Amino acid sequence: MTSGTDEVPEDADVLEEVEADVLEDVAADEREEGEELEEIEPPDSNAVVINMNGKDVVARKGETVIAAALRNDEYIPHFCYHPRMSPVGMCRQCMVEIEGPRGPMMVVSCMTPVAEDQVVRTATDEVKRAQEGMIELLLANHPLDCPVCDKGGECPLQDQAFSHGPGESRYVEQKRHYEKPIPISDLVYLDRERCILCDRCTRFADEVAGDPLIHFISRGNNTQVMTFPDEPFVSYFSGNVVQICPVGALTAKPYRFKARPWDLSQRESTCTTCSVGCRTVIQSSRDELLRYQGVDSDPVNWGWLCDRGRFNFEAINSDHRLTTPMIKTEAGLVETSWRGALDAAAGLINDALAGGGAESIALLGGARGTNEDAFAWARLADAIGTPNRDAQLGDGLPAEILGLDRATIDEAANASTIVLLGPDLKEELPVLYLRLRDAAEKGRSRILEFSATDSGMTPYAWKSIRHEPGTQHNAVVSALADSDIAEQLAKGDVVVVAGRSNLADSADVTVAALQKLLAGVQGAKVLPALRRGNVVGALSLGLAPADADHDGLAILQAAADGKIEVLILLGADPLNDCPDADLARRAFAGARRIIAVDTFACESTQHADVVFAAAAYGEKAGTTTNLEGRVSTVGQQVTATGTSRPDWMIAIELGLKIGDRSFGSDHPLRGVSTVDDLTDMIANTVTGFAGLSSSTLVQQTDGVLIESPSTSLPEVSFAEAGRVSYDYRLVVSRKLYDRAVGTQMSRSLTNLASASVAYVHPLDLDGLGVAEGDDVKIVSAKAATILPIRPDSAVPRGILWSPFNQGSGNIEDIIDWRSATTDVRIERV
Amino acid sequence: MSRLSDHNVILAKEIIARYPKQKSALIPLVHLSQEQNGYVTEDAMRHIADMIDVTPAEVYGTASFYEMFRFEPTGKYLINVCGTLSCSLMGADSLMHHAEQTLGIKAGATTDDGLITLQHAECQAACTEAPTLQVNYRHRYRVTHESFDQLVDDLRSGALDTEIPPHGTLGRNRQQIPADRAVAVQAPEDVTTGPAWIQVSPA
Amino acid sequence: MTVESRVVSPYPWAPGFYPGDRPEIVTSRFQYEDGHTLDRYLATGGYEGLRAALAESPSDVHEVVKNSTLLGRGGAGFPAGVKWGFTPQGVWPRYLVVNGDESEPGTYKDRLLMECDPHQLIEGSLIASYAAGLSQGFLYIRGEMALAHERVAQALNDAYAAGYIGKNILGTDFSIDIVLHWGAGAYVVGEETALIESLEGERGMPRLKPPFFPAAVGLYGMPTIVNNVETLSNLPFIAREGSEAYTAIGTPTSPGTRMIAVSGHVKRPGVYEIVNGSTTFRDLIFGDDFAQGIRDGNELKAFVPGGGSAPWFLPDQLDIPFEGPAAGAAGSMLGSGAVMVMDSTTDIPAAALTLVQFYAHESCGKCVPCREGGTWLYRIVERIVAGHGTDADLETIFEVGQTICPGEMPHASSERLGLDAVPFPYKMTTICFVGPSAYAPIHSALTLFPEEFEALVTKRADRRPIPVTAEVPA
Repeated sequence: MTSGTDEVPEDADVLEEVEADVLEDVAADEREEGEELEEIEPPDSNAVVINMNGKDVVARKGETVIAAALRNDEYIPHFCYHPRMSPVGMCRQCMVEIEGPRGPMMVVSCMTPVAEDQVVRTATDEVKRAQEGMIELLLANHPLDCPVCDKGGECPLQDQAFSHGPGESRYVEQKRHYEKPIPISDLVYLDRERCILCDRCTRFADEVAGDPLIHFISRGNNTQVMTFPDEPFVSYFSGNVVQICPVGALTAKPYRFKARPWDLSQRESTCTTCSVGCRTVIQSSRDELLRYQGVDSDPVNWGWLCDRGRFNFEAINSDHRLTTPMIKTEAGLVETSWRGALDAAAGLINDALAGGGAESIALLGGARGTNEDAFAWARLADAIGTPNRDAQLGDGLPAEILGLDRATIDEAANASTIVLLGPDLKEELPVLYLRLRDAAEKGRSRILEFSATDSGMTPYAWKSIRHEPGTQHNAVVSALADSDIAEQLAKGDVVVVAGRSNLADSADVTVAALQKLLAGVQGAKVLPALRRGNVVGALSLGLAPADADHDGLAILQAAADGKIEVLILLGADPLNDCPDADLARRAFAGARRIIAVDTFACESTQHADVVFAAAAYGEKAGTTTNLEGRVSTVGQQVTATGTSRPDWMIAIELGLKIGDRSFGSDHPLRGVSTVDDLTDMIANTVTGFAGLSSSTLVQQTDGVLIESPSTSLPEVSFAEAGRVSYDYRLVVSRKLYDRAVGTQMSRSLTNLASASVAYVHPLDLDGLGVAEGDDVKIVSAKAATILPIRPDSAVPRGILWSPFNQGSGNIEDIIDWRSATTDVRIERV
Repeated sequence: MSRLSDHNVILAKEIIARYPKQKSALIPLVHLSQEQNGYVTEDAMRHIADMIDVTPAEVYGTASFYEMFRFEPTGKYLINVCGTLSCSLMGADSLMHHAEQTLGIKAGATTDDGLITLQHAECQAACTEAPTLQVNYRHRYRVTHESFDQLVDDLRSGALDTEIPPHGTLGRNRQQIPADRAVAVQAPEDVTTGPAWIQVSPA
Repeated sequence: MTVESRVVSPYPWAPGFYPGDRPEIVTSRFQYEDGHTLDRYLATGGYEGLRAALAESPSDVHEVVKNSTLLGRGGAGFPAGVKWGFTPQGVWPRYLVVNGDESEPGTYKDRLLMECDPHQLIEGSLIASYAAGLSQGFLYIRGEMALAHERVAQALNDAYAAGYIGKNILGTDFSIDIVLHWGAGAYVVGEETALIESLEGERGMPRLKPPFFPAAVGLYGMPTIVNNVETLSNLPFIAREGSEAYTAIGTPTSPGTRMIAVSGHVKRPGVYEIVNGSTTFRDLIFGDDFAQGIRDGNELKAFVPGGGSAPWFLPDQLDIPFEGPAAGAAGSMLGSGAVMVMDSTTDIPAAALTLVQFYAHESCGKCVPCREGGTWLYRIVERIVAGHGTDADLETIFEVGQTICPGEMPHASSERLGLDAVPFPYKMTTICFVGPSAYAPIHSALTLFPEEFEALVTKRADRRPIPVTAEVPA
């Protein structure tokens, strides 16, 4: 083909004003999309002054003209441009005029870098003519089904057709027609007729999520976004493509036809599904939660959410929602009044205090609530005087990890080396996975991974070291002796992401490995990869065990031994969430009385004597603390379901009912009437939270980091057992979707959990002489279970991997919390 | 059948090894699969995706951009009649009409016996010899109605079997890079210095 | 005149090629039926240029090429030696990509060069690689050229076996692999950044600019020299005979020869190697040495001077020399060296339709103006040609065109219509030239032959305004 001529410049046209009101609306929508970047005064060395529409504007070196414009409130219409993805220049909507060496030139502002003294005009007649022309072309094949389109009312194409369009169309030809809409995954529908081919979803899938399962196919005017036939867009991040779609081409099943955008009211909040703490807006109509959208928080989630966090609002109105307190009778659990439930619970606690003393009362959980919830319950535990409390259920790490030199997410994502010594981040902390994957893909960081099996991060790791389960401390020692690795670590700026990679190992093994690593790498910082939404807040605000003798596993063991009179469950479901399921069952049998505070009826609440219905996420306000120690607000957007109440309120009322043995007449919690009182009390009384008053946090939408008192990891020791007659060592780890009640109660997510399956290396499967999918008996020193077996080349030889909490055929039954590792035999059935 | 055969897997590995990055082999491998199967099958695309470590969607995305790749069964002979300006000026429309009449199918279709697929095509870089057509990408120049009929007769009788291999086969020979002559292919990130022969003058 | 009665080339193995009493730089072996074999190549001075180059330092060879002012033949006409100099210092590896994706309508030369003299192309590629320090070459051939594939594959195999490619070429330190790569049918891949995308296994969509030159950021993000087949085929001559022998031919700004295809309604449509700058369109279309005039005694109506993308010329422009600046001033371009001739019997709207259809079909789909606008133009013109157009459609063509090419669109002057020329080039809102190329032919046809369109379309009745007294709110 022919190429190689240049554009001929023409004289500048007169600058004109555009419809300012409409522009403001469009800009506001952009913010809702989570696109706006934080306004930061650039350091001088990075500042580039350009002239935009006659004004001097400070841009950042290396950024594009459109980025500089949007940050400086100069709106330039656009569709394909997205600040978190590389420019593609497809929609040609962001044309501006730039003064060039040969006069003014029309350029696409998403491809043009800023330069010192650049003169940019965004609204000349010629620019406006081009913008109107593009809109006319985009609308040529776009169906005008806006009345029945979910995007109608918040649609960038609709808005920009209004603000920058020609007002009429001359297109009289037949429009493109495709079957509409088609499901491209369990969660997302695609309407190719509405698609304007901006490459946002496909770029997101490839560049951001690393799941290039949707792609442009065909060419030219027939180009479409599609999956491979019969291979759906299975991604933990698929909801993001719906959010960034500039038209209604991609819609999410949970929200389709649920509301009109102008009927939605919304509030900023922080997702507490896991401990990354993504900023969100939660939206409702007629007092019903209908949608969560990601907000671009620069230090945290960059606008992205995982699908579990985005869609689990469906659980809030599910059948399993607890709406009123219940009390156990001979007929089982029956509904009761709050007064009745509080009286009963206070009676149980008073009896226990009188009988077994404070030591016979234990609190498990608290990591699913807000800071205020955890603080109130911790004060109640203090008042009662029990040392038995833990926000983790033996599936985390000792709380002392919070007192190590802690890294932020940004520090991790800009570190020279990221050491992964923990869970599969893609499964447990998905948006942290996105941030760290980005760091590796963009070449900022090298990832050094220690794991027993391949993880979601393995493809992006600089080195991924496989170790036998339970020997990561040895793997760390040999890695530190490797010259390549030593050289890389010696560059400094090392962040260790530490958490539990294997629930069939004891936490001690990870602690030992972390100790070796920190001893070997001077100045390394630690980002704790603990999973539950507010586990850092709960542990920091008084729900951490005093020592290993009073932690979650010790409490369950004490209960099993009959030493616990009252076991209080704060949103905890040990029967499904404790790695040693047998221990949890024995604990429930051994505990004399159980009080459960929960939003959902789960297996553990079935065994309770008193059940308090707690307000759910979105139904209560407060603050939460993410894994890096960032405190940000959680918003109340709808009325609490039934008579349910926030956990903090239950704690205080219970304290008041218990009376002298808890909240004495001068107890400070007696004066609390709003959640803000509690937030302010935390700010005034808890070290590290100083200054984090409710009024401050409302202003600081990106949150504020707390400081944790410096601690060191506890000394650990464990026996490194040989395998003897067991051929396989067990790895049990979490998947994003499991049988956790919040996931199961969300209609759209229910079917996404995998079944309980045992995976071994394909060669090991051959050696066993069983067929793929056959049931096998898996025998540990403690117990046996039967599971179907499948090959997986991500699992090294000699290892059996099974996902945690996937229901039937519980792998959790064969784990013994007291042993450092779990070895198993596979027998044919 | 529709995954790459063992023989073609060996060829495919040779092809992949010629490129500094394996995704570059995508188009050659899809050609190879089309040569094997006559068109591009889903299984072949999955197989190729495995071999070069991309998703099947990426293979399909790239392959469907190029019009030589056909995703449904295609005649043994694909006749492409050029309709761009020079050929059009020299009677391409009339030739296409004649071809449709002779074969009894419309452009885009395949004869019932599965022998011939007829389609409209764009410029074939033989403009001085208009009107032209290609049979499996072998040119036929200054095609008249009579020479078209003769061509179809010859295709049916097998008279052109040696000259025109079945649809999908691009060349009747292949490039062979002898191992003792080949320069080692390196990933770009593994190359940090200029080649031995170049004298790099300091900047 | 029937198809059969046209003159045929004296060399049936090079269909359409006609030698003449002119210097032959790249077509010297077209006279041999076995010109594509290594034996014939070696017997006629083959690989002498490479030997000569290897006797000198790479930078000296680069200097020779710079001094020859060899211009790129892919359409842009950029000096090859200068292009090689854009590779950033100290960044390795560097690659060579040979653009053999010839597919501009009317263009027919690279295919002949690959079929009739593949070793010349290989030798040229080796010389370029030596001079620019390139460590691997990729010969990207348009997929639809099966014979070219076979000839080039055979030539590569023979050249490897004979020690001209691979490790330690001719006993020197110079080592390079050249890989034959098959295209798969996409015109836009002729654009050099799309070619690179395609070679990386991607959809052949042009890359964003900046960076403007693959020489800085190209294949796998590394410095890459992309040269056209004809360009590289000139290098053996230059290396063998020296830059002065090359600049002695043609004009100072545009030395050497170039290959031109003249097709359409002429007596002897053919491919000719012409001397740059010394030939007019009249020579090409009417000269005895070239196309020998319009068929059947008809009159010339219009011609496309530089491949299907180029705005059209009329008989008014016949005396313009075949030279870039002159063609540009007259409202078009020379592009890839392809002249398509239309005689007085030509149905102009139908002729334009074939080109609009071509570019609409070949849009990669990346830029909205091309993807949507090109197809829209095609639909309108198709409707007009089928007799279903209205006069409003004619306005719409210009309006849609404005969105692809803002401002004045280049066109030729017409004495008949009293039109002045608008000089080349146009402005564009797209990344590459496919979008404007869909507009250029229909713009020319409609501007230069409005009566043919007006005769086809239905006139709308004049709109009768509804009588109202109130002011319409602004």
